Amino acid sequence: MSRTASARRTPGRTIARTWLNRSGQVLAAGIALVSLGAAAQTPPVLGQERARLLLTRTGFAPSEAEASRWAELTQAQAVDRLLTQTTKTANRPPPAWVDEAIVKPRDLRAMSDTARKQERQTQVRYGLELRAWWLAEMATTPTPLTERMTLFWHNHFVSAQPKVRYAQLMYRQNVLLRNYAVGNIGALLHAVAHDPAMLIYLDTVTNRREAPNENFAREVMELFTLGEGNYSEVDVKEAARAFSGWSVDPDRTTFVFRPRLHDDGEKVVLGRRGAWQGDDVLDILLAQPATAEFIVRKLWLEFVSPRPDPERVHLIARHFSSSGYEIRVALRELFLQPELVERDQDNALVKSPVELAIGMVRQSGGELARPDALAATLVGMGQNLFSPPNVRGWPGGDAWITTQSLLARKQFLETSIRRANAASSDDMLRGMDAMAPSEKSDVGAARPFERQFRRLAQLRAAQIDLAGWLKSAGVYPERAVGEQGATNLAHNLVVLPPLSAPAAEALGVDALRALLLDPVYQLK
Amino acid sequence: MNRARRHFIQQGAATAAALAYSAASGAASGAPMRLLILLELRGGNDGINTVVPIEDGRYFDLRPRIALRDDSVVAFDRSLALHRSLAPLRPLWDAREMAVIEGVGYPQPNLSHFRSIEIWDTASASNEVLQQGWLARAARAEAFARFAADGVVIGAADLGPLAGGARAISLSDPERFARQARLAKDGETGARGALAHVLQVESDVVHAAMQLRPDVKFQTEFPRSPFGAAVQHAAAIASTHKVPVIRVTLAGFDTHQNQVNMHAQLLHQVGEGVVALRAALQEIGLWDDTLVLTYSEFGRRPRENASAGTDHGTAGAMLAFGQRVNAGRFGASPALARLDANGNLPFAIDFRSVYATVLDTWFGLDSERVLGHRFTPVPLLKT
Repeated sequence: MSRTASARRTPGRTIARTWLNRSGQVLAAGIALVSLGAAAQTPPVLGQERARLLLTRTGFAPSEAEASRWAELTQAQAVDRLLTQTTKTANRPPPAWVDEAIVKPRDLRAMSDTARKQERQTQVRYGLELRAWWLAEMATTPTPLTERMTLFWHNHFVSAQPKVRYAQLMYRQNVLLRNYAVGNIGALLHAVAHDPAMLIYLDTVTNRREAPNENFAREVMELFTLGEGNYSEVDVKEAARAFSGWSVDPDRTTFVFRPRLHDDGEKVVLGRRGAWQGDDVLDILLAQPATAEFIVRKLWLEFVSPRPDPERVHLIARHFSSSGYEIRVALRELFLQPELVERDQDNALVKSPVELAIGMVRQSGGELARPDALAATLVGMGQNLFSPPNVRGWPGGDAWITTQSLLARKQFLETSIRRANAASSDDMLRGMDAMAPSEKSDVGAARPFERQFRRLAQLRAAQIDLAGWLKSAGVYPERAVGEQGATNLAHNLVVLPPLSAPAAEALGVDALRALLLDPVYQLK
Repeated sequence: MNRARRHFIQQGAATAAALAYSAASGAASGAPMRLLILLELRGGNDGINTVVPIEDGRYFDLRPRIALRDDSVVAFDRSLALHRSLAPLRPLWDAREMAVIEGVGYPQPNLSHFRSIEIWDTASASNEVLQQGWLARAARAEAFARFAADGVVIGAADLGPLAGGARAISLSDPERFARQARLAKDGETGARGALAHVLQVESDVVHAAMQLRPDVKFQTEFPRSPFGAAVQHAAAIASTHKVPVIRVTLAGFDTHQNQVNMHAQLLHQVGEGVVALRAALQEIGLWDDTLVLTYSEFGRRPRENASAGTDHGTAGAMLAFGQRVNAGRFGASPALARLDANGNLPFAIDFRSVYATVLDTWFGLDSERVLGHRFTPVPLLKT
């Protein structure tokens, strides 16, 4: 209550009923000041409203309490704080097995069928625990940007557990991505190219002088650095030779270079001739201007708007590359763009499933009680962590929303609050029953992995205190929200005006449900 | 991205009204139903280990470790050898309901999965970027308006050839879809950007949920695999007579290493799946009006790599099934003697010629209008 009251005093927050029209103008003025860096006037502070938008864009949707901690900062101050508070390691202890030795492929082949099956199941369980660990970190971290960037790189330097197999290696790759998440992309690229999970995922381990495997060489150009159209087939072939002999040790845990399998002859990559090694090729790719543009553009699509502005992208890319590829340089400039604190349909972006779910939990002030259940639910929404669909990663943007995924997203939101509200466990059981796949539709998908995920997806992932959540907007579950309450709730929950705003007579729970199921809740 | 789709949305209200009208009148009007079922073999199916050039010695030279020898192939006729996993298709061949199209590709092949499937999905030239899928463009035709949706995709989230403006639904399970659809609301229009997309999808859900309610119990036993389930869902959706296009995706064909077992298992799923699909559609009297067509973004390189796998290639093989298929072989056997500088195969038939055939002969549309150029049709279908 008091938080909302204090928010109302901040600039940009005008009379509630007209916020839609006015905040745009007020904001535009505010941004002009920031970008001119007007010395005479202090740039305006964000206020609760824009703090929510900025935090939603750069992290996960915040609770009112979290947003209020940023409301008194200017956009520039907030961005600097966002960037400096990022961390290089996770807060939560990793699963117990991360340092366990892995079963070598050779030993696996020698096993009995039963033992091999058991080993596979162990890896499925580890993989699930790994997803749960990461989701729990996202739900509780004081620096959501760290998680967003780690996820961004997971979706850029893609590796996926079904091919890599070992959850231990997937964990280590996450540690690596996290370490460089807002570091230097040159260092990140070199590190990731030597990462065992990546070496396995893109077949570098089988790349030999006599018969190069082109998989990594192609994807490093097409997807990691230059982008399609900025290299030729010859470049791919030549680069593949440079990566020949890159492998992992028999324990599959460290990079090894096998000189006898390496082609140390002369190669021509992007017009540069030399007896290049793999690392030389990476440096050649980093030196291409296309790389900076490619990455800045992708970051823009993640954080700023669905239509990158070529001029601004170009400018930021130049600064990014002259900083020697310091990621925070690019992020700082991107985060200072006015789009991040504007409520504008044209700039709205679709939340990824992870953002939708983790954002809902954090926004509610609730707890992610069963992160493993959320991991399973996310599969239905189209984002199985540690298992992107292919090397290009999740396409993101509008593609997150398909008929199938949209329904899964809504179902997650709906059941989260339905269960939170369930008066008795009977209600909860009925709810679960209604969702349980019928026997008939269960045909085929009989693999234990899928069955297990499906069962888990039935469980309640989030523990939400509905009364507490509603109270932050000054309303109560079983009481009519009133005009003011309806407006407050919409402000707290969504980044655009809802298509059907809750009526003043609606009860708190019903207003909340309507807003969560409103199409604008899918957006950031 | 996707400007065409947004344009479509602006017309959403009108379309929705038209749809409601056609739903009431069209589907019952008795016009013959023509169903196209696309089976996408995602990842780049190895064409020459699918339709095997067993009489070409070069094939064995190029693939000392992974070439399929006599015991790994099945002869459909004297010179047509298929991967042994496809043996279940033999009855279709004998019933003259199967065609094999070899050497399908396009000029200036692109070896990226993503770009190449985009080329296939949008039926573009190699150096041309189109936004709309070829079937989305076809779906603008009036003939499609009487259906509840232009297409349904199963097994992959992307809409592929239906992307960019078609009324297309992606779903994994029609029953679950119907249960969940109550959470969607038919949306307002006039929105822009991402919001317009969300609203369009909601609207698609609502319209589809009203009509795509399969009520059928098949005697056919479907394979107990995810692909078997997908095929079953496809048959169930087909039984509604409310969709002209269904695409089912089977992924995993990117066999860079140890491909022999993996590929055998994948093709086994394809073979079994097609057989089950045919049986199910025969049960409900739809098989005679169904065309099943496989496709993949590219074939694989003739020379095996050091990992007992194959790298990205160019031309590949397509398979077609149906009562109205002109049974036999089309295209040309792989020209292993004429590999390009990258060691890849030249193509014999442009994939857009196959599309042209489908558009002209199957759907009775003007393929030149849909594809933007005239492509010589392949006499793949009975007229």
